[in-house]
Amino acid sequence: MVTRGFLGKRRSSVELPPGQYLTEDFPVLTAGPTQRVPTDTWELTITTETGQVHRWDWAALMALPQDTPTVDLHCVTRWSKLATSWQGVSLDVLLADVETTAEHVSVSSYGGYTTNLPFEDLLDGKAWIAHTFDGEELEAAHGGPARLLVPHLYLWKSAKWVRGLELRHDDEPGFWETAGYHNYGDPWREQRYWDS
Amino acid sequence: MTGWRPATVAAVRAESATARTLALDVPGWPGHQAGQHLDVRLTADDGYTATRSYSVASVDPGERVEITVERLDDGEVSPYLVDVAQPGDVVEVRGPVGGWFVWRPTQPGPVLLLGGGSGVVPLMAIVRAHRLAGSDVPVRLVQSVRVPEAVLYGDELAALAQDPAARLDLTYVYTRRAPEGATRPAGRLDAALLSSLVFPADAGATAYVCGPTGFVEAVADLLVLAGYDQRRVRTERFGPSGGGR
Amino acid sequence: MSDNHLDGNAVAGVLSTVFAVDVTVATGRCDGCGRMSALADTWAYVEGPGSVVRCPGCESVLLRVVQSADRTWLDLRGLAVLQLPVGDA
Repeated sequence: MVTRGFLGKRRSSVELPPGQYLTEDFPVLTAGPTQRVPTDTWELTITTETGQVHRWDWAALMALPQDTPTVDLHCVTRWSKLATSWQGVSLDVLLADVETTAEHVSVSSYGGYTTNLPFEDLLDGKAWIAHTFDGEELEAAHGGPARLLVPHLYLWKSAKWVRGLELRHDDEPGFWETAGYHNYGDPWREQRYWDS
Repeated sequence: MTGWRPATVAAVRAESATARTLALDVPGWPGHQAGQHLDVRLTADDGYTATRSYSVASVDPGERVEITVERLDDGEVSPYLVDVAQPGDVVEVRGPVGGWFVWRPTQPGPVLLLGGGSGVVPLMAIVRAHRLAGSDVPVRLVQSVRVPEAVLYGDELAALAQDPAARLDLTYVYTRRAPEGATRPAGRLDAALLSSLVFPADAGATAYVCGPTGFVEAVADLLVLAGYDQRRVRTERFGPSGGGR
Repeated sequence: MSDNHLDGNAVAGVLSTVFAVDVTVATGRCDGCGRMSALADTWAYVEGPGSVVRCPGCESVLLRVVQSADRTWLDLRGLAVLQLPVGDA
């Protein structure tokens, strides 16, 4: 069954992961109410497997060395947005003084969203706590004041309104991972859903 | 009710500059109640699909159902349905769905209908069902639109409002620009205006509020403030732009 | 203030592929706060990797639905009880 003349909003693809379409928009996808977190109460914590807590408030985050990555975004709902420019703090910087042997990370956000990923997927220039998009403060609808940005995985792993990273020896599937989405989520291997 | 059925576009007609009614022939359509909606699925030749919900506007029994679609500029499905689809084209539909936002002719009590933008579509189905059943409960319809050109079903509503047998009270609220000679300047539906339009709280009326989320929440709150029991207020929220995209 | 949600009517179609009955006329009890809500009155977020239905009282998640081409997942963890009328609602 093909609907005559229906193309949707997609454009012909460039080099995209399988099943993805290029978009010029920046769709807002959400699982709940937009969180509004004032920067004067904002806090990010990284907790190790031994219970050690590292904390940054907004001023501390902004005082750290900043990166300006330009990355491609791939959402599991099939849209991809290329060459998006961000500003944020690399997880390599945040983890520099964190002692850990953890293999997994549980990410939690203001509002209750959670996701999970292997610890090593945060390292070596692969992840940021991002606060600026396209030269402007990241809007709340897109995860501001700060979101996790892990562009080599599907965008649901880039938790909006990030507030904490828990480093663990065990893996704890998050909000979408427990509801049918793939535990790892590599767009280039099209890991969208649970393996059947 | 589960599963997709092919639906052939039988006829199209413009309702406004941006909205169009499509009549769909759906073999096996099980029938529906006024207020229900259906899901429409479009499939591109590479298998890409898009699905959106549209309220059923018609009430005639049989396998032909009508939907009224408002074109949203950044929409994916509505531009296709309003600008591209032609008689003979085939889409898929699923439904009817939604047994909550429904009016049945056997329901007692007056009917209060408040629609914002394309939220008036399921309310029009209720108006038509009321007419088809020859019901004599009073009906009040409030259609809130930005500008006069956005009104849907204007001619049909005008005729019904003039027919005493239809028992229809009709009010338009223009939120951005009112027509020449309007008795009220443009502005949103507020507590004062609402209280002048609604049945008294003890009249046993059921209210149906439909439209963008912001409109529905504001109006539902006003109804409760005006004394309506929350259980007598049925709501259906469309997306922020007011309908299927 | 939450202005970006729809309501349970918006997931009626998806849930019709899972439930044999129309769940918009069902009432559900939130596991978080105990509130009973008509499914049609719950807050639905349908523009995401899946659909999420939340309690209009406390915002906690009542259910999640994800659909792929060949499977549907339904997570009902936040819904303590679902009350469905039998016959013509």
